[in-house]
Amino acid sequence: MNQVNNFTKGFLKENPILVLLLGACPTLAVTSSAVNGLGMGLATTFVLFMSNVFISMIKGFVPDKVRIPAFIVVIASFVTIVDLLMQGYTPALSKQLGIFIPLIVVNCIVLGRAEAFAAKNNVLSSMIDGLGMGLGFTMALVILGGIREILGAGSIFGFKFIAEGADGILVFILAPGAFITLGFLIAILKKINKSS
Amino acid sequence: MAKKESTFKNMTIALFVITAVAGLALSAVYSVTKEPIAASQKAKINNAIKMVIPEFESILDTVLMPDEGKDSIRIHRLLKGTESSGVAVQTYTDEGFSGRFTLMVGFMPDGAISNIEVLEHKETPGLGTKMALPSFKDQFKGVKLSDLPGEKILVKKDGGQVDAITAATISSRAFCDAVNRAYATHKKGEKQ
Repeated sequence: MNQVNNFTKGFLKENPILVLLLGACPTLAVTSSAVNGLGMGLATTFVLFMSNVFISMIKGFVPDKVRIPAFIVVIASFVTIVDLLMQGYTPALSKQLGIFIPLIVVNCIVLGRAEAFAAKNNVLSSMIDGLGMGLGFTMALVILGGIREILGAGSIFGFKFIAEGADGILVFILAPGAFITLGFLIAILKKINKSS
Repeated sequence: MAKKESTFKNMTIALFVITAVAGLALSAVYSVTKEPIAASQKAKINNAIKMVIPEFESILDTVLMPDEGKDSIRIHRLLKGTESSGVAVQTYTDEGFSGRFTLMVGFMPDGAISNIEVLEHKETPGLGTKMALPSFKDQFKGVKLSDLPGEKILVKKDGGQVDAITAATISSRAFCDAVNRAYATHKKGEKQ
């Protein structure tokens, strides 16, 4: 029951973006389409999962005073691995997400989970927490990107459903649209969490 | 396992071990992904060349400095057998709305533009990005810059021939600038 809770809390109750409001920088910048959101979400999930596992493994070995630099080295290594793999095997996606992949290093979610969870819990719980949080992050990013793509470009996952040459509501693709959409999503989730 | 105490020795050992392991892991991943990354970058350029000049068998590369501009330009001379099947010029402009963007411009052997591909850009989504659509860039198809006044193509606002993208005149101007730079450099290269 406890492990189930560790996994599911990342989706609604403690969703990193919609409830904890962590990592808003990459969230707002890359979600101009659903595919970008999915790519960014999965890359972050991988980093979260791996760094949570490693950090909970080394937590006994690392003295308290140097835990932050040690955690950052672990996180940065996994981010670089993801970045290199994406450049090599999915060049189009890596070009789209550009600078935001290296920026996962400073994403508060990853270090936040390392500090708040992985440094205090065992490997299995940390693994499940990382996966749940990562997938919750991905879910929020895909919904955000999907809404912005539907309204802004008239397409979903790249499939255009409005007439060729017609435009969507441009503001949703641009930066203000990210804030507007995020605001509404947070309000909706607040309502859901309150009533349940 | 109990927490290690924060003594100087413990901290040094912990950080040393972690950074050493991380360094080793990264060098391993780097050596594995080095080739796919290089290959995908090469494939990207080759695909762009194929988009502007479909028919070629071999490529002769030269790098030339344009008369105006800050960087050198790569010219791909395309051969089919021993005949020239055109030239693809990897050009750039610094006049874009959000800085530099790069294009691949294809010239037929007779000097007419065959096609243009946008390689990399940071223009505004929905406005400047329309420069990659046929409705804008097809205006350049078949144009011979040698027939135009000053051998330059310009937007209509500047007395030229090209309909600028609505609400993205800066991007349209920059696009023309990049094409003109490609042509001037290509011409300079032919003289040499």
